[in-house]
Amino acid sequence: MQDKLKIGKYEFNSRFILGSGKFNLELIKSAIENANAEIITMALRRINTETDNILDFIPKNIKILPNTSGARNSDEALRIALIARELSGADMIKIEVIKDSKYLLPDNYETLKAVEKLANEGFIPMPYMYPDLTVARDMKNAGAACIMPLGAPIGTNKGLITKDFIQILIDEIDLPVIVDAGIGRPSQAAQAMEMGAAAVMANTAIATSGDINIMAKAFKLAIEAGRLAYLSKCGATNDFAQASSPLTGFLR
Amino acid sequence: MQEKYFPDMEIINSDIEDKILNIVNKIDFNKYNKNDVINTLQKDNCSIEDFCALISPAAKELIEPIAKKAKSERERFFGKNVYFFTPLYISNYCENHCVYCGFNCKNNIKRAKLNLEEIENELIAIKKTGLEEILILTGESRKMSDVNYIASAVQLAKKYFKNIGLEIYPLNTDEYNLLHKSGADYITVFQETYDKETYIKNHLKGHKSIYSYRINSQERALKGNMRGVGFGALLGLGDYKKDTLSTALHIYFLQKKYPKGEFAVSVPRLRPTVADSNINPNDVGELELLQIMCAYRIFLPFINMTISTRERADFRNNAVKIAATKISAGVSTGIGEHTNKKEGDNQFEIADPRSVEEIYTTLKNIGMQPVMNEYVWV
Repeated sequence: MQDKLKIGKYEFNSRFILGSGKFNLELIKSAIENANAEIITMALRRINTETDNILDFIPKNIKILPNTSGARNSDEALRIALIARELSGADMIKIEVIKDSKYLLPDNYETLKAVEKLANEGFIPMPYMYPDLTVARDMKNAGAACIMPLGAPIGTNKGLITKDFIQILIDEIDLPVIVDAGIGRPSQAAQAMEMGAAAVMANTAIATSGDINIMAKAFKLAIEAGRLAYLSKCGATNDFAQASSPLTGFLR
Repeated sequence: MQEKYFPDMEIINSDIEDKILNIVNKIDFNKYNKNDVINTLQKDNCSIEDFCALISPAAKELIEPIAKKAKSERERFFGKNVYFFTPLYISNYCENHCVYCGFNCKNNIKRAKLNLEEIENELIAIKKTGLEEILILTGESRKMSDVNYIASAVQLAKKYFKNIGLEIYPLNTDEYNLLHKSGADYITVFQETYDKETYIKNHLKGHKSIYSYRINSQERALKGNMRGVGFGALLGLGDYKKDTLSTALHIYFLQKKYPKGEFAVSVPRLRPTVADSNINPNDVGELELLQIMCAYRIFLPFINMTISTRERADFRNNAVKIAATKISAGVSTGIGEHTNKKEGDNQFEIADPRSVEEIYTTLKNIGMQPVMNEYVWV
């Protein structure tokens, strides 16, 4: 069965995007393998180093997805994206514009402006955003290649707190919807995929688990299972049991 | 009542000092019991009240579960990363009279100020150790190390380092902006103690004797476009619980007012100096120090926390696993020591003289990830 994840001009077999910011670098390669991930995100500010550059630990066939973390407005996001393209050659950019150091919630307004600016510069913009339908529509019109709503505040492992709003994006936005933050357990990743998310991104849940390789694999399997469930269309749920001898069976 | 500022001091009419002192002046740490601490550890979000329970005497015997909670918060925000830096002292002239400090103007120590060529040589020597973040320090003398001299040092440092912080005397907004434009993005100002009476007794002379001008430094820096600001009380100088609460509130209220700012805390304990080898941290032992660090981590999980070479190596190794995120390495607190041309005396005695390489290897071995830089100038 052909079931590819399409982002801009690129196609991927894996629907698991791995974050990299919280890992012990020696462990990252085997985590990628166990996750069967084809895309890995990383902050430009982590590539901007001479010792232990994370790029040296990533297998060459893996697609690098630089993010603009550190940007506090759309101009800074553009500057970071331009440097990232120069350093890594990547044209897919995950846009993060954050001006709250406590909760690290995205600024949708500046992120939207950044989508427009990056699209004009020839990037494939992948905006991290708070799940808001109107803004998501505007992002699509501004040139976003996908929409990356948060499931819960970043790093919280709380799962799909914004579930209902993400479902609205999945139903209404004609772009891949990738659940980006807050996913803490494989079951939550499976749930997002069952809902119709195109992919799931995770970092903290794996980097801080007891066994990174096993957890990476657990996520991979959960994401695949959730995707298959989505494609096969789960049976409808009912509030009442479907009795084989129905209460109203006497009706003619 | 407004203190009498020196004529060159900017007044910003901030509400932060009042907000801090209104809470701290009413606090009674003895009212908290073990149950308050246990309840706090079960919560997702730590309130100001919860923080008080964590630093109360009742919490001491619960240090193990407190440390576990702190460690999980640390991992949630920072993973395994430990950020490296080293201080570069470029001048130890000082116009302040702080009774506990090796640099104080009454101490008969060897004073020195590096010229730009000497600074560059020190920078090159430090760069060779693999570090990419540097903290430039001066004694507090506007006369001997003026803002333009510091700006020149920052511009030089920018040639060799990716991330530049400053620990210098407090400045006005426009001066912070000048240093930001020169390439520095982080400043730290230690309040030393937030208790006004103790502050006045310990800071007898110079700009530093003006409590309110100092406490508003971080706010002026944020207004001057600095990305991040650092805080710290000198533990052992005043009532450490009150000073810890004050520091936490200082960060808490400023973060609310300037949510995009980045915040950091240091936890220096009093150390012996060249002039007085009897100075000690009084009632702040290692247990209390770790308790303070964990409480900060649980209340303000998103902030950076530095562990100083004032502490011994084994304490530092463990502290970065549990609560701290930044560690200094290859440290000298004297002037000119990185090029083995020591010209000026040290600010305090250090307890962890390990090189960058030694600390790097140790942290790798305990499963942590040393990070030399995670910053990009925009």
